Amino acid sequence: MSSSPQPQASGSEQPMAPFEAEAAGWRRLDMRMLLVHPVREVARLFPVLVGVVFAGSSTGRGGLWGLVGAGIAISLGLLRWYTTTYRIAAGQVQVRRGLLRRQLVSVPLDRVRTVDISASALHRVFGLVRVTVGTGLSDRKSNDALRLDGLSAADAERLRDELLHRRTKDEAADAAPEEVIAAIRPTWVWYGPFTFSGFLTVFVVLGFAWRIVSETHVDPRQLGPVPEAYSALMAVPRWLDLVASLLVLLVVVAFASTMGYVLAFWGFRLVRSSDGALQVTRGLISTRATTIEERRLRGVEISEPLLLRAARGARCIAIATGLRVGRGAERGGSLLLPPAPLHEAQRVAAAVLNASEPITVPLIRHGPRAHRRRYTRALVMWALLIIVLVASAGLAQVPSWAWPASLLLLPLGAVLAYDRYRSLGHALAGGILVTRTGSLVRRRSMLACDGIIGWNLRQSFFQRRAGLATLVATTAAGRQRYAVFDVPLDEAVRLADRALPDLLAPLLTEPDDRSRAS
Amino acid sequence: MDPPLTSTNAGQASGAPPQLRPPRNLVSPRAIRYWTARALGGWLVVVLAQVFLMVLVREGVVRFQVITLAVTVVVAAAHVVVMPRWRFRVHRWEVTANAVYTQSGWFSQERRIAPISRIQTVDTERGPLEQLFGLSNVTVTTASAAGPLKIHGLDRDRAQELVDELARAIESTAGDAT
Repeated sequence: MSSSPQPQASGSEQPMAPFEAEAAGWRRLDMRMLLVHPVREVARLFPVLVGVVFAGSSTGRGGLWGLVGAGIAISLGLLRWYTTTYRIAAGQVQVRRGLLRRQLVSVPLDRVRTVDISASALHRVFGLVRVTVGTGLSDRKSNDALRLDGLSAADAERLRDELLHRRTKDEAADAAPEEVIAAIRPTWVWYGPFTFSGFLTVFVVLGFAWRIVSETHVDPRQLGPVPEAYSALMAVPRWLDLVASLLVLLVVVAFASTMGYVLAFWGFRLVRSSDGALQVTRGLISTRATTIEERRLRGVEISEPLLLRAARGARCIAIATGLRVGRGAERGGSLLLPPAPLHEAQRVAAAVLNASEPITVPLIRHGPRAHRRRYTRALVMWALLIIVLVASAGLAQVPSWAWPASLLLLPLGAVLAYDRYRSLGHALAGGILVTRTGSLVRRRSMLACDGIIGWNLRQSFFQRRAGLATLVATTAAGRQRYAVFDVPLDEAVRLADRALPDLLAPLLTEPDDRSRAS
Repeated sequence: MDPPLTSTNAGQASGAPPQLRPPRNLVSPRAIRYWTARALGGWLVVVLAQVFLMVLVREGVVRFQVITLAVTVVVAAAHVVVMPRWRFRVHRWEVTANAVYTQSGWFSQERRIAPISRIQTVDTERGPLEQLFGLSNVTVTTASAAGPLKIHGLDRDRAQELVDELARAIESTAGDAT
C-alpha cells in the first residue's frame, strides 16, 4: 500500500504509418470475433426484426432503416477486427486501431493498474473474452482505447500475466501460495431480494416487451386471457387494486433481484494470488474476472444499503487507484464481496487490509452539535416543501390530499436524521483513516493515510456558527473523496494532523495567537 | 454488529488543541473590483431578461413583474456590495516547504491543503475580464478528481512567480503522485 516511485509518463496517441510489418510482435483479436459481431447486432435489433417478420411492414420505414443499420454495424464490426492489433514491447502496452484515422495508444506497463476480463453469454459460446486494461488515467478516452473485445480465453490469461505478473519470473521462488479470501456460499442468495437490483431489470424487461408490442401492432387487450383479466381488475375496488399490484410488483422485483444476484455473483471467489494481487471472479452466464494489483490498493469500503442493513448484510468494495467507483465499463470492477453477512464483509475487509483494527476500532462520535444539525437540515428541507404544498393547496392541479400527506414526511425525516447521526463517526487506526456516514446507504470507508493526497476543510456559514467542519480526504483512488462530515473544527484539525503529521505542522498555531480572517 | 461508539472528548484531553491558522498571503486588492465587475455582469443579464419580458408580456401580471424586478435589484445590490469585500477578507494562499495551502469562498468557506509531492500540474489562466484588471488565477491539481486548489485574483506577476516556484519544487520530488 505504498506509492512506488516511477517515471512520470502518460498515455499518448501518435499518428502511425498504416499496416506496418505484422512481424513486429503485433497480435490480432481472435478470428471467432467475426462471428460474434453479427449475432450481437441481430440481437440488439430483435424487436425491429420481429416487427418486420411477423407484421409484414413495421412502423413505416423504420424496419427497413433498422436492417440497413444492422448491415452497417456488422460491417463496422468486421472492420474493427481487421484493424485492431496490440502488442507489448519496450515496457509499453500498445493498441493500434482505426482504418481512416489510424490511432496508436501506448501506455507504460508501470501505469497498468487493473486488468478486467469479462465474457457475455455470446462470448462464452465462442470461448472469447473482453479485456479492459485500467490505467488510472481517470480519462474515459484512454480507458476505451485499452479495451480488447474478443480475445480467446487463453490469450487473455497470457496477456494478463504479461501485464501484471511481470515480476513473477525472478520472484517465483519465494512467492507465497494462492490464498482464497472468500468464496460464495449458497445461503448468501438470501441477500438477493434485499439488493433491489431487480427494479431496474423489471423496467428493462417491460420496456423490451413494450417495444415488441408497438412494433408488431398487437393490441395486448385482445390477446388470449388478457381481456377477462383486465375487466376483472377493473371490477374490484381501487384501493384493493393498488395493494394487489404493489404486492405483485414487490414479489416480481424480489424474484428478479434474486435472479440478478445469482447471475452476477455465481461462482464468486476472491483470491490473493502469489504476487499479492487480488483476483475477483464471478458470474453464472456472463463471467467476469478482475485483477487489482496490491500496490494500487489504498483501502476498503464496507457499504450497507438500508434494506441490506435490515437483513444484517453488507458489501465490500476496494478503494484502489485506477478504479473509480461506478464509472462506465469499470462499474462493479472494484467489488470485493457481493451482498453477504456483515461479519463476512468485516472478515474480508480485515483480510484485504491485513489489519483488523480499522474494522473493530470504536468510532469517535461527532457530538451534540452535529446531532442537532442532522435534524435542522432534514426538517428545514421538508418544511419548505410542505409550505410550498400548503400555499398551492388552492390550485386545481394539486390534489387536495397532497399537503396533509406531506406532513408524514416530518416524522420520516426525523427518523432518518437520527439514523444519519448514529452513522456518523471517524477514527484513525494503524495508519488507516476510518470514516462512516450515511443512512440510506451507510458506508464505512477505510483509507490508508499514505493514499491521502490532500485535505479540503469546508465550512458553510451555519457550520461556522456551530463550530463544525467537513473534512474531506482527497485521494486518487475509489471515490476520490472521503469525507468526515460535521466534525468539531478542533477535532478535524487534530485528525488531519495525526493522519499526515508533517503536512500540517507548519500551518498550526497555538490557540493564543489566533489571527483569524473574517 | 457494529462496534460501540464512544463519545467525543478526545479533543479536550491535552488542553487546548492547536488551531489551523489562515494562509499568510492576501490576493491582489484589485480582485475586489474584478469580483464586483463579474457579479454586476451576471446580475445585468438577469435584470435585462426581466425588463425584456416586461416589454413583451403586458397582460395582467405587470404588478408581479415590478415586484420581482425590485426584489432582484435589491438582492443584486447587496450581493455586489457585500460579496467582493467579504471574499477579499477570506481569499488567502500560502506555499510552505512541503505544501500548498489555500482559503476561498465567502458564505461557505473552504481551506485546501495539498502536499507539494502530490502535485501533478500547475496552470495559470487569464480570462478577458481578469486581463482588464491585470489579474491571473493559478490552478494546482493533484491526482485526485476531488477538487483542485484554485487561487483567484492574483496579481499577474505574482502568479507567474508562484508558478515558477511550484515548478521548481515539483521537479525535486519523485513518484507518480498517487
